[in-house]
Amino acid sequence: MLTTDRIAGGALALLAVLVLVESSRTLPLGSLRSPGPAFVPAALALTLLIFGVAIVALGARAPRIAAVGWGEARHAVVIIAVCAFAALALDRLGYRLTMLLALLFLVRVVERKGTLVALAFAAGMAFGSYFLFDTFLRVPLPRGPFGI
Amino acid sequence: MIETLQNLSLGFSVALAPPVLFYAFVGCVIGTLVGVLPGVGPLAGISLLLPATFGLDATNAIVMLAGIYYGAMYGGSTTSILMRIPGEAASVMTCIDGYAMARKGRAGAALAIAASGSFMAGTVSVVALMLMAPPLASFALRFGPPEYVALLLLGLLVLAYMSGGSMLKSLAMAVLGLLLGMIGIDQMSGYFRYAYGVVELGDGIGVVPLAVGLFGLAEVFATAGQETPPKVLTPRLRELLPSRREWRDSVMPIGRGTVLGFLIGIIPGSAHIIASFVSYAVERRLSRHPEEFGQGAVAGVAGPESANNAATSGAFVPMLALGVPSGPIPAVMLAAMMVHGVSPGPLLIKQSPELFWGFIASMYVGNVMLLMLNLPMVGLFVQVLRIPYALLYPAIIMFCILGVYAVNGSVVDVWITLVMGVLGYLLRKLGFETAPIVLGAILAPMIEMALRQSLAMSDGQYAIFFTRPIAATLLGVGAALVLLSLRPWITRRLDWRARVALAEKGDLP
Repeated sequence: MLTTDRIAGGALALLAVLVLVESSRTLPLGSLRSPGPAFVPAALALTLLIFGVAIVALGARAPRIAAVGWGEARHAVVIIAVCAFAALALDRLGYRLTMLLALLFLVRVVERKGTLVALAFAAGMAFGSYFLFDTFLRVPLPRGPFGI
Repeated sequence: MIETLQNLSLGFSVALAPPVLFYAFVGCVIGTLVGVLPGVGPLAGISLLLPATFGLDATNAIVMLAGIYYGAMYGGSTTSILMRIPGEAASVMTCIDGYAMARKGRAGAALAIAASGSFMAGTVSVVALMLMAPPLASFALRFGPPEYVALLLLGLLVLAYMSGGSMLKSLAMAVLGLLLGMIGIDQMSGYFRYAYGVVELGDGIGVVPLAVGLFGLAEVFATAGQETPPKVLTPRLRELLPSRREWRDSVMPIGRGTVLGFLIGIIPGSAHIIASFVSYAVERRLSRHPEEFGQGAVAGVAGPESANNAATSGAFVPMLALGVPSGPIPAVMLAAMMVHGVSPGPLLIKQSPELFWGFIASMYVGNVMLLMLNLPMVGLFVQVLRIPYALLYPAIIMFCILGVYAVNGSVVDVWITLVMGVLGYLLRKLGFETAPIVLGAILAPMIEMALRQSLAMSDGQYAIFFTRPIAATLLGVGAALVLLSLRPWITRRLDWRARVALAEKGDLP
């Protein structure tokens, strides 16, 4: 039976194996008496592997994965996509334009607010926060085309 | 004692300077807002506002960030009492009797008791912090690398033990955090580890992207799309005065909550949550009318609220005196101090007395400010909750991206935040705590460095950890905790940690 603990424990064990493989492939391990740069990560990965296997072994009584509510997942995926767009666009379009587009999309398209409300909110937040942080607090934020 | 008073007067000369007062005020206001808003806890709040302090001098910056921290503790109670929505996790217990009082028309009294309990606890625990930190720092001067390894390992074990629920799962999260902390340049050999050509990863994963991702973005992913919050009860100013009986019933719980909260705050872990839970349990056990708990008992508000504020000051003791954070929030505060060129630890009090004592004095000042802010302006703060969540969460996302980018001016940090946000969201859905990840990632470089230095000192002999008394004692305590965590398996009964986990999930007793 697939439970939350079994899924998570399995993922942790898999990650631990990956770290062990990578550590042995790319870094010197050293010895017990004189640990190299891969020693502590490998020891931690081994510990994580043990914990992961233990979580899987003891995970039968955890809630079933099907019982976890994923009602908000679709919403979350869209927000993640918007954040990814912001990360991609930040250095290219500049802070103000990126935030204007991201907020406009979230408020107008995802939350279905009126165009005027969405535009006023997005512009106010994007330009207002830029003024507060970049101009007033002197935290440098990226500029895009035409210095926007 | 005279020396302490002289130092404190130096602290007040710093804390009462107009710029410091101003930044303490700004920190308290922002902190209260952070506490009022569900989904933006003190950890995400401090992380997000860290870049805004870059232009300030160290004292102003630290005072403002500390103001956000204890402001959030005050603010969290407001939504608990008026809406039964805990603004931050430590206010969960206040929801029970605070909201019950509000439904009986005693919302104002509940708010006043929560605010005055928080004020008393905050003030008394700052006195305790002031008296305890300097001797502890002197003691810590005896610590070498083996003692630090033992202390840091003990910290992680205590955090895992104190977290509600399974210690195995919490330890797995701490190890995951330690592994994340291994990314970057190895300080001893200069090797790039797991960076895959990304130069920005050379310094490792920063605490701000980690904390903002796991706590800020993950919360938004999990809560966006929810319905508008329920109607808010807003008491009028003249309704804020508790009756004589309510005052009398709150005095002892405030005292007990203060002592308990401070002591629990010193111990690593989710101190505020545990402190408020333990305080509630103690008050119910000591009460002559335990049947009133859950129906609007004054002690059920006064005790937990005092305890979670006292825990805030307690958490600063190991951070200031030893340079060792006791949880994710002190860890972010520690990182903030380092950004400003201040290294907390045994030498801080001697090297930067004006900062240390200024910080202590600013906590007194902050407590007075919060009392003045929270009571008359409670109606104003709760208005923030009227902002539709459809507008609130895009703004939170914007501040998350802005805050993370501004730390290093790097888009890589924004990607790390996003990855951590997704990880935090998934772990939350699967019932795993994310706080140990943050602490693990922060402590990883310290533990590794101290471990390898210890082995260099002992020519590779691991016995060094067991032959030095302080290190051996700390490791012994850690081993005892592991054994203690196995007790519920043997007795097959819920221990207090399991009950904390139930309370956090909302299955309140």
